Amino acid sequence: MTEEIMVKDKEIVVPGETIATGISFLPGKGAYRDNDKIVAQRLGIVSIDGKVIKLIPLAGKYIPKLKDRVVGMVIDVLMTGWRLEFNSPYSAVMTLKDATSEFIPRGVDLTQYYALGDYVVCQIVNVTSQKLIDVSMKGPGLRKLRGGRIIEVNSQKVPRIIGKDGSMVSMVKQATNCDVIVGQNGWIWIDGEPENEVVAVKAIKKIEEDAHLSGLTDKMAVWLEKETGVKVNPAAAPQAEEQLTEEHPHHFGGSQ
Amino acid sequence: MTYAKRFDGRGMDELRPMSAKVGIIPRADGSAMFKIGKTVALCAVYGPRDLHPKFMQNPETGILRVNYNMMPFSGHGERVRPGGGRRSKEISMVIENALLPVLDLKEYPNSVVDVFIELPQTDAGTRCAGITAAAMALADAGLEMKDLVCAVAAGRCEDKIIVDLNYLEDSHEDGADVPVAVLPNSGKVTLLQMDGEVTREQIKEIIAKAKEACKKIYEVQKAALKEKFAR
Repeated sequence: MTEEIMVKDKEIVVPGETIATGISFLPGKGAYRDNDKIVAQRLGIVSIDGKVIKLIPLAGKYIPKLKDRVVGMVIDVLMTGWRLEFNSPYSAVMTLKDATSEFIPRGVDLTQYYALGDYVVCQIVNVTSQKLIDVSMKGPGLRKLRGGRIIEVNSQKVPRIIGKDGSMVSMVKQATNCDVIVGQNGWIWIDGEPENEVVAVKAIKKIEEDAHLSGLTDKMAVWLEKETGVKVNPAAAPQAEEQLTEEHPHHFGGSQ
Repeated sequence: MTYAKRFDGRGMDELRPMSAKVGIIPRADGSAMFKIGKTVALCAVYGPRDLHPKFMQNPETGILRVNYNMMPFSGHGERVRPGGGRRSKEISMVIENALLPVLDLKEYPNSVVDVFIELPQTDAGTRCAGITAAAMALADAGLEMKDLVCAVAAGRCEDKIIVDLNYLEDSHEDGADVPVAVLPNSGKVTLLQMDGEVTREQIKEIIAKAKEACKKIYEVQKAALKEKFAR
């Protein structure tokens, strides 16, 4: 069998499509090996890195991952904590210990800390094989979200909304003068002047829609300037406060 | 007498004109439309999501739940009674079994993937159109799949082997109808039913022709999925 890549890099493939033939290629995320073929396992964009072939998914639900920072909503108050929902098939539990550094007296009404319907930005600290999830509020930038609005985007588009080293979201923040927190789960909190919030929502929806196109940062810089009149330089956009890694590209707004 | 020419003038191996579109239902996690001749299937996929009632949850794997429904006005002048019946329940089950081999829901214990197939207009071959639409919708929902699934009904009308029967051929007194679902890349069969009588030689020919026809359906599916993102 000849060693051959059947599709171009960055091409869209459908499940079952043969990406490459030959045993020297390795299937990465979203691909699998079928004898001597590398086959796509989902709808995605092919990304070839040497001999490793992986897929960048175009769609899909958010699947909780350890250390992800997510925006969640309190859906239930339990005996010893809170249950949160965060745009995923599974809900998470936040225990008293992980909820706050404040002292919580015995028998107190827990809704005075987090009430039903409150939004928080929290971090996933444990995921079991049965997808029981623990989240924590202990960490820099983790807090209750007051005011603003929440929008939902496809969680697979989140890395694009954040951009490289947070460049994209910084640009949106700079142009619209809004506070923006992007959760890995695809829930985004936006807080600012109402008319600015509207522009920020439009900008994020546009990024989501065009996420699979290249050169998006520059296009968005032009778009934002046209919408807001604020000139933003994508290259000079301020870096995220935290050290961002490729594995977990997070970006969070300033503290309140 | 022989069945020399098909009622709608098609060739014996010719499919009805097909069209497909992905992403027709914005609120669903994945959706697709598949149209073959006068048969139209709409499909919406939701999930993986929380499964209720809780006793249906399986801690080992996520489950697939298919709902097949013909709309009341979809048939041939006879009003189809709305709601589930014996027929739709059975078809839901066979569609589920046809789709399940390509899915791996082990990653999603206790959850469900809901597939809703609605048929606003029918002219035979609805379960096949439903499977074809559902495969596209599942891919659009971003689920991990080994392959797509294509389906078509082949069969016999008098002495001729024909592909993609319409309602006239399907209900012909001397004939047989064999819906076949195929995984296009491996050629494996995930659905095979038969209504009517055929000989051993004929069934072999029917399955071979159905597999051949599925290749054309696969191209339509692939093009529709890619078109959603091509810009």
